[in-house]
Amino acid sequence: MGASLPGSVVASRLFLSGNEAVALAVRDAGCRVAAAYPGTPSTEILEELAKYPELYAEWSVNEKVSLEVALGASMVGARAFCAMKHVGLNVASDALMTMTVTGTEGGLVIAVADDVGMSSSQNEQDSRYWGRFAHVPVYEPADAQEAYDMTRAAFALSEAHRCPVILRLTTRICHVKGRVQPREREAHEPAGFAKDARRWVMVPGNAKPRLPLMHQRDDALRAEAETSEWNTLYEGSDRRLGFVASGPAFMHVREAFPDAPVLKLGLSHPLPIERARQLATMADRVLVVEETEPLVETELRAAGIACFGKEVLPRIGELAPDVLRPAVAGMFGEPVPKAVHAALQAVFPRPPTMCVACPHLGIYYTLAQLRNINISGDIGCYSLGAGQPWNALDTCISMGASMGVALGMDKGRGEADAKKSVVAVIGDSTFLHMGMQGLLDIVWNRGNVTVLLLDNRAVGMTGGQENPGTGRDIHGEDAPRIDFARLCEALGVKKERIRVLDPYQLPVLFKALREETKIPEPSVIITDRPCVLIDHYEATQPYKVIADKCTGCGNCIDVGCPAIHVTRRATEVKPSGKEVELAFVRIETSACTGCGLCVQPCAPEAIVHAAPEHPVNFLHKNV
Amino acid sequence: MTITNILVCGIGGQGVMTATEILAEAALSLGYDVKKTEVAGMSQRGGVVTSHLRFGPQVLSPQIMPGDADLLVGFEAAEALRWSHMLRPGGVALVNLGRLVPPVVNIGLYEYPDDPIAQMRALGLEVHAFDASAMALELGNIRLGNTVMLGAMADRLTFPADVLLNAVLARFGARKPQLVDINRQAFERGRQAVAARVEEPANA
Ligand SMILES: Cc1ncc(C[n+]2csc(CCOP(=O)(O)OP(=O)(O)O)c2C)c(N)n1
Ligand code: SF4
Ligand code: SF4
Repeated sequence: MGASLPGSVVASRLFLSGNEAVALAVRDAGCRVAAAYPGTPSTEILEELAKYPELYAEWSVNEKVSLEVALGASMVGARAFCAMKHVGLNVASDALMTMTVTGTEGGLVIAVADDVGMSSSQNEQDSRYWGRFAHVPVYEPADAQEAYDMTRAAFALSEAHRCPVILRLTTRICHVKGRVQPREREAHEPAGFAKDARRWVMVPGNAKPRLPLMHQRDDALRAEAETSEWNTLYEGSDRRLGFVASGPAFMHVREAFPDAPVLKLGLSHPLPIERARQLATMADRVLVVEETEPLVETELRAAGIACFGKEVLPRIGELAPDVLRPAVAGMFGEPVPKAVHAALQAVFPRPPTMCVACPHLGIYYTLAQLRNINISGDIGCYSLGAGQPWNALDTCISMGASMGVALGMDKGRGEADAKKSVVAVIGDSTFLHMGMQGLLDIVWNRGNVTVLLLDNRAVGMTGGQENPGTGRDIHGEDAPRIDFARLCEALGVKKERIRVLDPYQLPVLFKALREETKIPEPSVIITDRPCVLIDHYEATQPYKVIADKCTGCGNCIDVGCPAIHVTRRATEVKPSGKEVELAFVRIETSACTGCGLCVQPCAPEAIVHAAPEHPVNFLHKNV
Repeated sequence: MTITNILVCGIGGQGVMTATEILAEAALSLGYDVKKTEVAGMSQRGGVVTSHLRFGPQVLSPQIMPGDADLLVGFEAAEALRWSHMLRPGGVALVNLGRLVPPVVNIGLYEYPDDPIAQMRALGLEVHAFDASAMALELGNIRLGNTVMLGAMADRLTFPADVLLNAVLARFGARKPQLVDINRQAFERGRQAVAARVEEPANA
């Protein structure tokens, strides 16, 4: 395999994650421009690429812009790359659907990472659909080595057919490390922009003649897929069942059924139908193992190839050996092998929480105290406000949706919600990604929405990347910084309806929210304290609890800081006869950053400064 | 068995992934094929982290299936219990007694198990438990817990303990030589903790 790849094998083998392997291949392919918006599990690709001085790398404000940047680079003849998580391609799809008509010049590769199993996403999606929808070929690597090789091959394929190429990754490729053998680097010099309105200016008169070209390209790619070295037939000694598999599912199939014939799809769209027909002659039955939707299965059936698929396998999540084995046993009417291992133990859940001293804590503490509000939320660390102990976020849909949803809640409300205020909560990066257009809509259409814009100077959720609001670029170097207050003003929010406040000042926050929700106009409350995970965050003197003074009221627990721990519970009967639950606490001083949030609701002043116990925050980070 | 399966579990920030990375480096240095995969849903926010390491002549799927782990390394007691079902019959669990209580337990929605280790033993598992967090703090830094845990694994691998120790020390050698000695001590503490347990009567 890999014989037609450019460059000879380079001596040393590396141990890389799929993301690192893709990044290295992009560099080795002589790519000139790489752009992305962060999103798990794809984020590390651009983080890696930013380390290579020989190419231009950027965080873009959103995925659509990143794809357009890559397209522009391709137009002038440069090799170009962009990366995104699955939902990112929904955002970028408008550009994709027309750039497939113009075609590309310099090789253009789009890495899209599906979060199969949904370890950190708002939905599960099968991005292979985009290949079908947009008439572009799709590669599906099965491990880090293939992620490297296929990325190199994708640039070549893109240039051979002058179309964008999708590299479809999943969490189980992005975040799996394996041995990778790199190949020699290529040099690639941009040919220069060839002005040609009929090619690049997609008005109907120009686009129409290009549609047949796109379909011809499909035919050529279909022929190529039939002979592609990435689509491989493995003969097997056990011909009861043959498999068609791609991506990580291929490895699972080989692991669980080492003797079965397999058609491995590497260049999985267009589908090599004849190869599949060949497989069908090698086995009594065929099972298609694909994550997650039945695309291949449907196409095989349409081509008259009998196969099994989603009637025996789940349509969601990963198809690991422990899923495959019982499903196949069931197909043959065999008893499902009984587990030989210990039973699953019931242990409390451990949902993700906000960090100790997170600047969002005070926001949710405050929102939880307010009555009669509907809270339209968005995506970021602040989505966790929907969880315990705050329960103060009512919706979370897609990046930027908090704005439009809030406006719709406002305009659509009847008697039931007439007395409620609508509050939208959005983070800085999300606001710049797709939220500010929604705010413009709120202003323009005279919505009655109070927006909480949580500027923590970072894309916190994905690990603290830069955005136009942080004043730094992908390399951490100084860059122009957007002023959120002025931006909101420019979008038409009245100056007196824009406040910038410190989210650690609970009374100020409470008062501002109360006031703004009462005024029937768009208003924006911007908070301005940084995420604790960013490099320049400064911790101050930590706190402790004086046990004798703690009355067990539990007010500080409502802040939701993970450094606060309950030491003892009790029930007290009030003079009125009412029973109250008490929870006495301590603060894990070694974790406390001294943010001062929990001190504010503590009436008996039981929380006081402490000397750092174990100075963990001040020692070397990576012991 | 030609493939060794090691499952390391804990909580974001405990160094689970780094520890597995070091194990991987040790296995790579012996020329094995190695795959390492993590499930770390929002791990930076105090969520559960598991790291799967598989090595041998050729590794296909990167995932360890329930009942296939040779070694279960728990950086936190309740997490070790949560992942008990991953051990194969006859597999061994090495568990840090240190507890990290999550907010859902603090606010009274759930309870932390009284004795996770006893629960694991009741399942018939061989468990070696020791307070790696306390040992790390005694040595001056909670982050050394990671190296203590690696030390605990050292005599339970299919290769000599020194290979692992060298991989640990290689991390610091060039960049932070001042940390070599303290990590060597932490490694040794972990190693002794398990050795001491092995000599106990079987039903201890
Ligand atoms: C279309 C899309 N792209 C990327 C993501 C991944 N993602 C989730 S939240 C988030 C940004 C969060 O940053 P911010 O709004 O600043 O909030 P914070 O996490 O810092 O509180 C990103 C990039 C996504 N969910 N959807
Ligand atoms: S990463 Fe930053 S924004 Fe996210 S929870 Fe932690 S402190 Fe808050
Ligand atoms: S002061 Fe209170 S809320 Fe802030 S970090 Fe310390 S324990 Fe947490």
